[in-house]
Amino acid sequence: MDFNDTPQEAEFRKKVRSFLEANAEKRSTLATKPKGDSGSSISSAGAPETVKGEDAAKVALDNAKEWQRKKADAGFAAILWPKEFGGYGGTPIEQVIYAQEEHDYFVHSGYFEIGIGMLGPTMMAWGKDEDKKRFLPKMITGEEIWCQLFSEPSAGSDLAGIRMKAEKDGDEWVLNGQKVWTSGAHFADYGMIVARSDPTALKHKGLTYFYVDMKTPGIEAKPIKQISGSANFNEVFFNDVRIPDSQRIGAEGDGWKVSLTTLMNERLAVGDPPGLDFDQIFEASKEIEVEDGLAVKNSEVRQKMADWYIQSRGLQYTKYRSMTALSKGQTPGPELSISKLVTASKMQDVSSYALDLMDMSGMVHQDQNPILKNLFQNGYFFSAAMRIAGGTDEVLRNIIAERVLGLPQDERSDKKLPFNELPSGKN
Amino acid sequence: MNFDFSDDQKLLRDQARKFLQDKCDRKSVRSILEDNQKNYDADLWSQISELGWTGTAIPEEYGGLGLGMLELCVIAEELGRALAPTPFSSSIYIFAEFLKSYGTDEQKKKYLPHIASGAKVGTFALSETNGKPKPNNIKTQHASGKLNGSKNPVSDGESADYIIVAANSDSNSNYNSLSLFIIDKNDSGVNISNLDTIDPTRPACTVDLKNVACERLGDEGSGWEMIDNIFNRAAVLFSFEQVGGAQVSLDEAKKYSLERFAFGKQIGAFQALKHKMADMYVKIELARSNAYYGAWALSTDSNELPIAAAGARVSASEAYNYASQENIQIHGGVGFTWEYDCHLFYRRSKLLSLNIGSIRQWKENLISNLEKRNIV
Repeated sequence: MDFNDTPQEAEFRKKVRSFLEANAEKRSTLATKPKGDSGSSISSAGAPETVKGEDAAKVALDNAKEWQRKKADAGFAAILWPKEFGGYGGTPIEQVIYAQEEHDYFVHSGYFEIGIGMLGPTMMAWGKDEDKKRFLPKMITGEEIWCQLFSEPSAGSDLAGIRMKAEKDGDEWVLNGQKVWTSGAHFADYGMIVARSDPTALKHKGLTYFYVDMKTPGIEAKPIKQISGSANFNEVFFNDVRIPDSQRIGAEGDGWKVSLTTLMNERLAVGDPPGLDFDQIFEASKEIEVEDGLAVKNSEVRQKMADWYIQSRGLQYTKYRSMTALSKGQTPGPELSISKLVTASKMQDVSSYALDLMDMSGMVHQDQNPILKNLFQNGYFFSAAMRIAGGTDEVLRNIIAERVLGLPQDERSDKKLPFNELPSGKN
Repeated sequence: MNFDFSDDQKLLRDQARKFLQDKCDRKSVRSILEDNQKNYDADLWSQISELGWTGTAIPEEYGGLGLGMLELCVIAEELGRALAPTPFSSSIYIFAEFLKSYGTDEQKKKYLPHIASGAKVGTFALSETNGKPKPNNIKTQHASGKLNGSKNPVSDGESADYIIVAANSDSNSNYNSLSLFIIDKNDSGVNISNLDTIDPTRPACTVDLKNVACERLGDEGSGWEMIDNIFNRAAVLFSFEQVGGAQVSLDEAKKYSLERFAFGKQIGAFQALKHKMADMYVKIELARSNAYYGAWALSTDSNELPIAAAGARVSASEAYNYASQENIQIHGGVGFTWEYDCHLFYRRSKLLSLNIGSIRQWKENLISNLEKRNIV
């Protein structure tokens, strides 16, 4: 039992390190963040912000594209992709090693994660050869950015319930409806979309999958302002959007199957959750006074912090176990499915409790405080979103119960009726 | 990254599991639970001793197998799964570890071969009263080679041949007053009276000492420091035992929820129960990972041990407590009958979360060790 790389892994890590050292700036050496950086680790989690100064947004995007190009030239942009599409042809453990190393540097890959992690693999599995040749190399280099148009106002956890209409008209399809929670829709060049092509078929059978040029007339993206005040997502409206049948991915009616390929890759694509954790409240507790002195000396505070410590490190060591499986060429166990479930609630508990410790001053944002900053005020809002985004706590518990523990699926009333006869609460 | 047990260690686990399924079924656990005259399963003890489990991590020169602490972790998990009614933890996790760490060569030669062979059993006597043992409530006194005082509860004291006793060796009763002494239970000044524990398969007793002859273990006045260290080592081993028991609690809850029908379906199909079992799984996986980290620290003599051990202890205690409680809940009415096995885990989990200090205490250990590391 040890934490060492195998010789091959060590060699790969060395290669990655020398590439990063030569081409990027290390985090710890930075006093302030470089211009155009998209903000603190909390607000930049996963999705780049949509509303902010236009200039800053453009600088950030340009910087990211420049970095992506360097990565692609070095072969590190898509570790898991085959070499024929510009990938590294690497293993999952190599992908993890790259991510670990890159984490220490001030670079941005968030703009490209959905494309490279989820949509590219979908096109590889289901797309036509000419599309793969045309789109995949530019996805890797960051020249073209992709977004994922799946969720809808009436289809969240129940994704197959989407209502976006796809009607065939000769060699074309006409799309009408609304998508929501789309990261990057306002700067994406292309998107992959699943729509309902046959409302009289069963729910999971009447869907078809396409790709769209985001500049097609009739597509409009609007940012959604969240409770945190920032906007990491969009709603995207489709108004008589006409696309050729050649942009279909997979057969008519196979949209759900194709979507599953995209979603299966989601787990690998989603990066480290942002850091508001034991370490932050432990540091803060040394600054905050409670009734009997510093919070860190208060017994109740210490008991609570111990809970968060074991959750935090338990997840970290669970990740080591998964990496071990990857390192041995095995599929990681189901342990990974617990990560977001634990992290999101922990963050909400930590931030809420920290505000409580701060007493009256917890009411106000702490922009000026060098230690507390806005960590806990921001975390308080962000964590509420995190418990929902990318699978709600409840959906994740269902997944663990059904797929890991093998418990029965819920009884469902939506598997036997045509989609347009299902109760929807809206008819 | 190689954060896992080796193939050999996994083989040992499979063999141990198979052996215990055969030799330590619920019937034999209950035979100890329900028989007031028996403190442990003597047949099982002699068989696991013959297999060499008791000598796993004791060096060959003192009669053990000379394997490592990781192998002992593997065995601990299996003993926990099987609810094995033996004094293994007192004798091996604690008594043997005290001797290995602090015994003179002479003491090691005198005691360890008998412990390794299972012919003799050792244990440790610290607590004297309600609440956390600390200098002001340890009254047992050492003077002129004799011990006087009363200890309770002492785990596996009735089965023990040797007992390490914590006693003050000066009259100050502060953190530098405590020393450790080994006694032979056959000494005429030792008086044992049985106590009822919440898990009778893990017995405890009162040990009264009147002018009992003893030999000192380790340095005079360094008792608390030695106890901290050995409890850290034992905490990792106990955490594996706890994870083993927690996993079986979840497995049995799941099994029952698939067999039992209510409102026209398997109760395991109700989300209220599915989510509960998902939460059990999450806590157990976190505990398992924390226990692995503890195992790594223990097996490499890392200076992370105090933090790793406390993390493993807290995580495993909470996971087992939760899993055994919710196992009863998922079983419904039959869950609190004597006939069903849920209570065996409910008893064991709580006892294990108390025997070397409460969750509360270990959380405090964890944070104070993190503070110390920060200062360094």
